[in-house]
Formats: sequence, structure tokens, C-alpha cells
Amino acid sequence: MTDQKPIHSAVLVKQVPDTHNITGEVMTKDGTMNRNALPAIFNPEDLNALEMALQIRERRGGTVTVITMGPPKAANVLRDALFRGADRVILLTDRKFAGADTLATSYVLKCAVEKAGPFDLLFCGRQAIDGDTAQVGPQLAEKLGIPQITYAETIVEISGDQIVAERVLDSGSEIVRCKLPALLTVVGSANTPRPASVRRRIERKLAAAPGEYAAIRAAWPEFESDAQLETYLTAHGLKIAVWTAEDIGASEEQVGLAGSPTQVHKINFVVLESTESKTIPATPEGIAAMVQELVHEYIVG
Amino acid sequence: MSDSFYFDNEDLQFRLAQLDLREVLELKEKGYSEAGKYTAAPRNYADAMDDYKIVLEVLGELCAERVAPRAAEADEEGAHFENGVVTYAAPTLDAIAALKQAELFGAMLPREFGGLNLPESIYQMMVEIVARAESGLMTVFGLQEIASMIDEYGDPETKARVLPKFSRGEVSGAMVLTEADAGSDLGAVATRATLDEATGQWHLNGVKRFITNGLADVSVVLARSEEGSSDARGLSMFLVEKDETVKIRRIENKMGIHSSPTCEIQYNNTPAILIGKRRFGLMRYSMNLMNGARLAVAAQAMGIAEAAYREADRYSKERIQFGKPIRALPAVGRLLLSMRVDTEATRALLAETARWVDLWKVYEKAIGEGGAEADPAARARHKQCQALAETLTPMVKYCSTEMGNRVCYQSMQVHGGVGYMREFNIERLFRDVRITNIYEGTSQLQVVAAIGKLLNRTLDPLLAEWQAAEYPADMAAEKAILVELTAVYQRAVDALKAQSDRDRVDYYACDLVDMAVWLVCSWLVLRDTNVLDAKKPVARAYIASVAPRLRASGEIVTAANPVPLEAISALLG
Repeated sequence: MTDQKPIHSAVLVKQVPDTHNITGEVMTKDGTMNRNALPAIFNPEDLNALEMALQIRERRGGTVTVITMGPPKAANVLRDALFRGADRVILLTDRKFAGADTLATSYVLKCAVEKAGPFDLLFCGRQAIDGDTAQVGPQLAEKLGIPQITYAETIVEISGDQIVAERVLDSGSEIVRCKLPALLTVVGSANTPRPASVRRRIERKLAAAPGEYAAIRAAWPEFESDAQLETYLTAHGLKIAVWTAEDIGASEEQVGLAGSPTQVHKINFVVLESTESKTIPATPEGIAAMVQELVHEYIVG
Repeated sequence: MSDSFYFDNEDLQFRLAQLDLREVLELKEKGYSEAGKYTAAPRNYADAMDDYKIVLEVLGELCAERVAPRAAEADEEGAHFENGVVTYAAPTLDAIAALKQAELFGAMLPREFGGLNLPESIYQMMVEIVARAESGLMTVFGLQEIASMIDEYGDPETKARVLPKFSRGEVSGAMVLTEADAGSDLGAVATRATLDEATGQWHLNGVKRFITNGLADVSVVLARSEEGSSDARGLSMFLVEKDETVKIRRIENKMGIHSSPTCEIQYNNTPAILIGKRRFGLMRYSMNLMNGARLAVAAQAMGIAEAAYREADRYSKERIQFGKPIRALPAVGRLLLSMRVDTEATRALLAETARWVDLWKVYEKAIGEGGAEADPAARARHKQCQALAETLTPMVKYCSTEMGNRVCYQSMQVHGGVGYMREFNIERLFRDVRITNIYEGTSQLQVVAAIGKLLNRTLDPLLAEWQAAEYPADMAAEKAILVELTAVYQRAVDALKAQSDRDRVDYYACDLVDMAVWLVCSWLVLRDTNVLDAKKPVARAYIASVAPRLRASGEIVTAANPVPLEAISALLG
């Protein structure tokens, strides 16, 4: 495969609240989640998407660019991406982006990808653990006018301008082929994301967006001014690029709340309470009866 | 939040924060002059310490999330041997892959060979974290001493070829010393090294046994290079890069550390490279290797003890008997307290030892580079650091591995019957820890290594410094006890030094080493109370527990009663 041309990839990632470790205190009375009460993490399947891109780079050469849209603190997932192997990271942040639904988000990402590219492959996680919509990836592909392979688990082959990948579906799997450039959404079973490299973490620990300079200087007084820090970061390739709506040429009506037709009609606050209990006799018969009941109620099986 | 064996371990974080490596790093980082040359080199002391924290964070997370969950599986599957080929268990292979991706191999090697140039002090903490996750894996990870030894004594060409492979985790190392008839007595090694005078090539022939990680691609092998010799002075050290002449004959079926393959190796006219000078194989290079490995095994026992304590701590909260969690029962609380205090006191000794080893190494290098003109002050400091490193290393190997065994025993007691069952982690830890006070020199051999130094009063400068230091007012009682115990110890040293019967000195040596361990650990935990109030109960409990035993041992050593020796001849013949 080495005689083939290198592959340039972009991975679109999201910083999400760690909903896997949700607790009672995190939920508000009206059934929404207090995002600030949960640690912000790298969306798990986005890590699988990044890993897939890094593995392709290992086989074929090329670059991996990681892009996220979010508040300034989303720089944390970009640093994590750098520690794990990304070549270049871009933070899309702008007050105008706030309140975006999937349509407005995919529009912003489209503008950013067009500016940062061209890319041979785009990768997204299958879905984010906060919204669980799985829409942004497909919408982005549509907006860019490129083919998409959703639920991708394995890349079978990349040859010439074609990619062959295996998708996992509820009913089984299928192997599909399409032309490059293409967008893949990657499932969690695709791979085991690599850990951060200690060397990369040491080399890139100061990687920062301009909004973070004050915090860095507080920790490292040797940098006496923002300008001095910026010179150092730029010289070492550690300045995280920050792009606004204007930078990517996004139209104001299509971003953020303004560009988001989605409206939350109603929130159902579901309280799960166990009111009754049952004692199962600790005998083979008792256990068999319980299993039968669970199957009958569609709880298992 | 992700799990981490660094962030969940307050005492380890405390030890890192307390490490004073200024003197070490000034030399090791050459005045922080490598920052412009290597992107991962620190700009200053704070930057270096921050880097070390990163190292422990990355490793701590990897071990908690990826290694520890599969420790039972690694033990169950074990290393395989089939048709002369050794393979690691699947979880071991996965762990090695992850450590490689995290670029954690070659930790101590210089940057020019792709290493992280980490000091021994940090490396020991890394070994502890790995061993806590999977004790057998430590023998693959923890053999980085071999690469360091090659770095110290190898020729430039060999170093440039071999060391970058260590840094990338492409090769692992093995320390090939032991033979069937040369265990504790390595001077009896019989594997032959012959020199082809025409080509200048060495070849090895012989069989080595009990070789930890013997499948390694790069081995350092102790062999007899001087024909007709029969003692340690005829031995040299060789480097072997595995090829078809190296045959693994079997792997051992062990009690514990199942994921670590222990091999019997046959060399059949195997090409080898001489390391350093002929005839110095045992005295200099094996000792260098073993000093490093002893510290690593002390850290391994520390990690297992930490794991065992946590198992007991958790179980004692969950297990209800007599209507309450068993930890509320004084008999159980006593076990938990002993474990907790013992682990923290030992961790303090481990950190102190590693620091002296670091100082010794950096001064050794500085003096080597300075040649005969080296600064006399540096020479004096080197001598002092070496004496302390060589005293504290066998002490901490002895102390930590015995402690690890004790803590695992106590943890199993806390578990009661279930602890004896395979389903519980303590059953595995109990088996794994048992090797630590056997390999790299048994506890009995550590006593032999330490006693000569102690009788030479190598600890005196430290004891004097600690006695002269200030401690919190509410620790005055403990300080008074330690001043008294220091005098007890000194009298015991005098008595044993004056003892003319060599057998009696050897017989009572272990009591004196016990005293030294208790005394040094006591001063160290007392010193900790200067910076952390939470260490006060630790220091009080530790000192309360060892003080009476130390006094009793003082009496034993000073009396040096000949009765047991007479009984040995009367009863055992």
C-alpha cells in the first residue's frame, strides 16, 4: 500500500458532558441536565473516529486534522487529540454559534472543512452521548455533496480513489464501496482508541488557544507577556487555531440559534422508581421462572 | 471521570510533591540545556516536575483502565510455551501495545536514544503503578534497567543500534545471570564465553535457568570468559541479540506472576558482544544491574501491597458481620491500620532510596566526564551518595518485599474464607507477592548486602541530619522516642562491630537490619509531618508500633547470645 498517495483526513469531534456517569444531582427539576455539574469529556465514539484516521495515517502517510465546534473550553478535546496523535487542530468558537442544532452545526462544520481542506476522508463518531441524534455526520456529507458510509466498523481497503468499508447494522453487516472524498461515521466497536502518548503530552502540554494565555502564564510565570507566550507557541507549533463565523465565511442566519429550526416541544421527566419487589426462591425452578418472566416481558432475550 | 492509579493514590501524589530533585536534575538535565534541542526536554525545574506528573498521569490512567481490568485473565491464561516459542498471554500483549503507544518504554534512557531521561525516583513510581495493576507485567516493563546498563557501559555502536529499539518498545530485555548451580552464588557461573582471536568475535555456550522474561530480544548474559578460572573474577558481561542459536528449552510452572515467562535458555555458539571490561562481569556490571533491579522489585512489592490494602479496605466496608461492617471490629481495624501505615512508611523509604541512587548516578557521570580534574567537592558528594545508595537499596528491597508479603497476608485475613478463593483478587496478589522477597536476591542476601555498610556507619550522616532537624511541636514526644531509638541503634552497631565471632555477626545481622529499617522509616514519616498534618497519625502509629520492637532487637543484637548457634550445631548437625 505504500506506493499509494498519502491520505489527508479530518476528524470532527465534540466535547460532551459525561452522561455515562450521570447522578441525581445533575438533573434539574424540569428534566434537563445541568451540564456544568458533569465533567466534559471527548465524545467516546469520536475517539474511535480519531483512531481510525490515525491508523490510516500509519499505513498510508498523510495528515490528521481534528476540528471541533464549541465554547472556548472545548480546546481541551483538541489538546487530547494532539496528545493522541493529531497533526493539526482547529477550534470553531464564536458566540454566534451558540444554541446550534444539528443543521446549524453541520453548516458550520461544512464551512470549516471547506476552508481547512481539501481532505480525502472525513470521520465523525457515530453519535454524541449528549444529543444521541447521529445526524451531524450525515448532514455534513450532504452539505459537502460527498458520499457517506455510516456505522463504519472496518476499512477494508482504500485503493485509488475508492474506499471499501464494512458497516455494522442491527440486522448484520454490509460491505460498501464509494468514491473519495467520503465521510464515515464510526461505531464504538471499530477499534480501541490509543492512549495519549506521554512524549506528545510533554511536548504539547502548552498547546493553547489565545483565550487561554492568561491561565498558562499564571502556571508558567517565565512567560512575561501574552506576546512572548504567543511567539513561543507559534515557534513550537503549539498555538491552537481559533476560527470564528467570519473566519470561515459562514452566513449569520445559518449559524447558532438563528440557523436552528429544531424546537423542543416538550420534555417528559421520567422518574424510574421501583415500587414493588419480588422474592425469587433460590432454586433452579425459581430462577427458571424468573428468566421466563423476564423474557415474556421483553426485558431480556 | 476516568480511573487513574495516580490520581486515586494520595500518598503517591504526596511523594511526588515531596521529591526534591533540584540537585539531581541540575546535573541530569545539564543545566536544562537540552530544551532547545529536544522538544520534550524541560525548560526548568518546575517544567521537569510537571513532565513527571504527566508521565505518572498517563501511566496511571492506562494501568487503571486497560491493564488492571485484565489482570485476573493474564494470571489465568499465563505465558505460553509451544515448540520452543514463548508467547505472552493476550492481556499482556494488549498491555504492551498500549504502553508502546503511550511511549512509556525507554523511560530512563537519554533523549539521544529516544528516551525520556527520567530519574530513578520517577521510574520507581512508574513500576509501582504497573505492579499494582498487574504484577507479572512489571517484569516486562520493569526490566528497563537493562537498557540503562547498556547505556552506561556499552560501546557507542551497540548503543546506537540497540537503545532506540528499547525506547520504541520494539525490544524488551532480559538479565541472564542465574544457572542451575549458580543462584545466590553467581561466582559459580559456568556458561562459557570464548573469543575467536582471529575475528575478535565472542561466542557463548551454556544453559541459564530461571530467566525472567527470557524470550527478550536483547539480553545481557553473565559468562565465564577466562579459561581455567573458577570464581567471580573470571566472569564478564555480554550482550546477546536473540537469533536461532538461542534456544528456549522450557518455561517454569510458577506459583504466581503467571504472565511473566520464566525461561530456561540454551546458548549454542551464540555470537555475543563484550560489555565494558573483561573480568568485571559480576563485580561491576551484575551489581549495577542488580542494584537497579532490587529497587524495581521493591517498587513492585510496593505496588502489590497497595493493591492488597485496597482490596482489604473495600471488602471490610462491604462485609457485614455482627450487624456492622467488619472494619469496625478492632481486630480487623488493627490489620488495616498496620497495612496502611506499613505501606506509607515503606513508600517514604523507597523515595528516599531512589533519590540517593539518582544522586549517585548523576555524580558518577559528572565525575566520569570530568576525568581526573573532577571537582573534589563533587568527588566527595559522589562517595557519600554511593555509600547511602548502596546501603539503602538492599534495605528497601528487604523492607518492601517483606512488607508486601505481610500486607497480602493481612489482607487475606481481612477477607477471611473468600480471600482464599480464586474469584478474589487477593488470592492472586498473595501468590504474586511471594516471589518479590526471593528474586533479585532473597531477603537473607539483602541482609548480607546491607550489614557491612551498616557496620561501617554509612547511615550516620542521615541520622545526624534528622536528629538536628525541627519537627512540629505536637510531635515532640515522637521525636524524643526517635532520639532514644537512634542511641539504641548506635549501641547495637557498636556491639556487633566489636563482636569477633563472625558467625554471631552473621546470625544477628538481620536483627540489626530490621532496626535500621524501622529507625530510618520512623525518621522519614516524622519528617513528613512537617508538611502534612495527615501524616501525624501515620507517624504516631508507626513509631508506636516499631519502638518496642526496636528496643527488643537492640537487646538481642547487643547480647548476641551464642545459644542459637550452639543449638544449630546440636540439633541440625
